[in-house]
Amino acid sequence: MSAVFSGYGLGLRREHYRDFLETDVAVDFVEVISENFMVEGGQPRHILRQVRERHPVVLHGVSMSIGSADGLNPDYLKRLRHLADEIEPLFVSDHLSWSRIGGFNSHDLLPVPYTEEALTRVCANISQAQDALGRTMLFENPSSYLSFPDAAMTEWEFIAEMSRRTGCELLLDVNNVFVSASNHGFDALAFLDGIPAERVRQIHLAGHSQGPDLLIDTHDSPVCPGVWQLYAKAISLLGPVATMIERDDDIPPLAELLQELSIARNLGLLETRRRLGEAA
Amino acid sequence: MNLADMQRDFQSWLVNGSEDAADRLSVHAAAGLAVYQNNYRAQLVSCLEHAFPQLRGWLGEDEFRTTAIAHIDRYPPHAWTLDAYAEQFGETLQRRFPNNPDVHELAWIEQALGEAFVARDAEPMSVDALATVDWDNARLRLTPSLRVHVMNTNVEAIWSALCEERTPPDSEMLVEAGGLLVWRRQFTSRLREIDALEYAALVLLQKDGSFVGLCDMLVARLGEEDGVAKTGALLASWLSSELIVGVD
Repeated sequence: MSAVFSGYGLGLRREHYRDFLETDVAVDFVEVISENFMVEGGQPRHILRQVRERHPVVLHGVSMSIGSADGLNPDYLKRLRHLADEIEPLFVSDHLSWSRIGGFNSHDLLPVPYTEEALTRVCANISQAQDALGRTMLFENPSSYLSFPDAAMTEWEFIAEMSRRTGCELLLDVNNVFVSASNHGFDALAFLDGIPAERVRQIHLAGHSQGPDLLIDTHDSPVCPGVWQLYAKAISLLGPVATMIERDDDIPPLAELLQELSIARNLGLLETRRRLGEAA
Repeated sequence: MNLADMQRDFQSWLVNGSEDAADRLSVHAAAGLAVYQNNYRAQLVSCLEHAFPQLRGWLGEDEFRTTAIAHIDRYPPHAWTLDAYAEQFGETLQRRFPNNPDVHELAWIEQALGEAFVARDAEPMSVDALATVDWDNARLRLTPSLRVHVMNTNVEAIWSALCEERTPPDSEMLVEAGGLLVWRRQFTSRLREIDALEYAALVLLQKDGSFVGLCDMLVARLGEEDGVAKTGALLASWLSSELIVGVD
């Protein structure tokens, strides 16, 4: 068994605040974008405190920039620590990507080259972040749209070694594996086989779009059949893992997302039964 | 290429579209570079659209977009939070619309409302707490969400009409400048048009909070009797609006 299973959740989005505050939403956890709540005060923090009284919360960041060549932003880490201390989240996560160099911040999840130099830098940054936060973090495989010619290892080899060196845990984004595998022509199953199963604590599911040349990670549509198939394969390897659906654009009524989430629940249930059958 | 050089070249590609930088990156799947540049620019345009919805309506879709693109070309983002990207938009507006104070004041309103929305929380001071105040030495603490700005145009009427999806009035200069007051009450950001005297009073209080200083300024402007009365009236108004959060 690879993970401490924590059920099925959804991302908390503004369109659903009222549902989460006024009704009993059938999720096991909610995930929020950390930066939206790393503010001084006002309604966002107030809403998060109220939601936290009802549900476990995952803090999922987009701006740590763990792959930055010039290290992490101490002010950012301090604010995130403050938020985490207050919310006592189920997990704190960010992406295996970079967004900042020097005084520039792209606000996008830019790709890390899978080189030994980058691995050393990423591991140093992860250690700095985990020390600053006083906890183990999860890092997510991003969707990527290009690769670097001087790569010394595959993405999954990089992730496995990163986790081994730092003790960090993993957020497996199955949609991102699907998108990157399509864009770069690698085998998605090789990715799943290559990451350390025992380090995967959470799974993301989302929709994507077909661009002119590449698949784009847009989070604006339901999870597609190919991603569901890959998810089923993932949990057959990992066992049931805390799973959530990300939807950031064209956000439907909450009931639709809960219906979609029930697919993940059912697949997880089937996998649990299969494992119980094997054990018996 | 080492990691830092790669990241600087990536920055050059995103910000300037530098072909030299793109060549040095020599990535596989070069179409991917275009995806990242599109994501970068689309995200920043979206950020500005979200921060300035009424200004967007006032300028019109095409003009706003052209201005946003000019801003993105000149001001790459620096802060870890995307919210901060709206802060310098006023500088681009000053350059593109040097003779349109309505545009600048409308942008100020939207920027201030956004800042107030997430400003530090503070409990408003109750009227009961006034009983124990030593007024000779009192320094009033204003709510952290408070922002004031001089107002030279009928921008409040324009902003209100745009918010209510009514046809806004034509822009015009005021005969006498007034002020704009933005703050947050509970969890709602608010805007109020104030006269020149209240604007001057709040600017003075923002400096050091001195109640005696406030009285002196109002007495100097209005005379002893009216000045004292105005001080009391403003204090009562600010307390009821939850602008005052304490007295030191």
